[in-house]
Amino acid sequence: MSLDVLKQLAEQFGRALLRTHSERGDDTAVIEAAAIRAVCLWLRDTPELAFDMLTDLTAVDYLEQGRRPRFEVVYHLYSLPRRHRVRLKVGVDDPAAEVDTVSDLWRNGNWLEREVWDLYGIKFRNHPDMRRILLYEAFEGHPLRKDYVKDRRQPLVRRPAGEIAAALGQRPAARRSLI
Amino acid sequence: MGLEFTTGRLADAINWARKYSLFQYPFVTACCGMEFMALWGPRFDVARFGAEFPRFSPRQADLLMVVGTVTERQAPVLKRIYEQICEPKWVVSFGVCASSGGFYQNYSTVPGIDHVIPVDVYIPGCPPQPEQVLDALIMLQQRIQDGRGWSQRQQQLEPSPRDPHTRPPQP
Repeated sequence: MSLDVLKQLAEQFGRALLRTHSERGDDTAVIEAAAIRAVCLWLRDTPELAFDMLTDLTAVDYLEQGRRPRFEVVYHLYSLPRRHRVRLKVGVDDPAAEVDTVSDLWRNGNWLEREVWDLYGIKFRNHPDMRRILLYEAFEGHPLRKDYVKDRRQPLVRRPAGEIAAALGQRPAARRSLI
Repeated sequence: MGLEFTTGRLADAINWARKYSLFQYPFVTACCGMEFMALWGPRFDVARFGAEFPRFSPRQADLLMVVGTVTERQAPVLKRIYEQICEPKWVVSFGVCASSGGFYQNYSTVPGIDHVIPVDVYIPGCPPQPEQVLDALIMLQQRIQDGRGWSQRQQQLEPSPRDPHTRPPQP
């Protein structure tokens, strides 16, 4: 059953399918970014596959490994009637960082893609509402990118600096420095 | 038989009353809440300290218990709730996340709620044990009795807290 999905994918999308593996029983297919919508549509609508559920949609930043393309968008699909899973991966390169949306195929894709946009800065073409979902509009950058400085804080609200200094005035050395 | 009487400062009597009638607002955001519930249960029984009755409106509370991690996005909410509490008011920072950000050192977490609001008592621990919280509560009661709470001292510093012209400018 499990290898079947990958085999059928290979038959259907020969050239668009770049690599596959079944590491520890998790079927994974790396596909061309341009083919993602066609593959997803086919996986969802073929009756014997029937991947009707998008369990997760996330991304990985391979900046420190120096890989091109830099990002990988990962789709986890599950079939409720057939009870099988498949994982799709799509490479997305840096300056453009765009991939087609699947939010019209699975409706929860809408929020998952917004989350990926928010934290990784990968845009989804034809997404109906490409806004930040977790962070605030004033936030600069995308914090799960590996080049986001770990300690960079973008506070919405802070006490006046004088007030903190007055509160710490007696023993400034005893406390860590307040930003 | 002479006339018997006692003397004392009015402030001492008021602070004595305040420290035994703390109405706390639980701002519970994370896993510390579990230990907080244990504290409020019959085994540890904070009713002994006159602080057992949570109010879920800041306007009826005078002790803000910040229990758990506070994110940058929640910080304006916390600040507003603090501002809605009538003075005098006290803040207890429950657990390391509220006190210092804990093990979160990243873009999303406030590195200690004292960056946002003044704090009277910090409780370490991940989560703190109920005994620690009771200790902190006794410590807070002592501060209230001595008039050393943050908002109590602010009231003493300001010449007339009821006069809007003497209040510090609001951001």
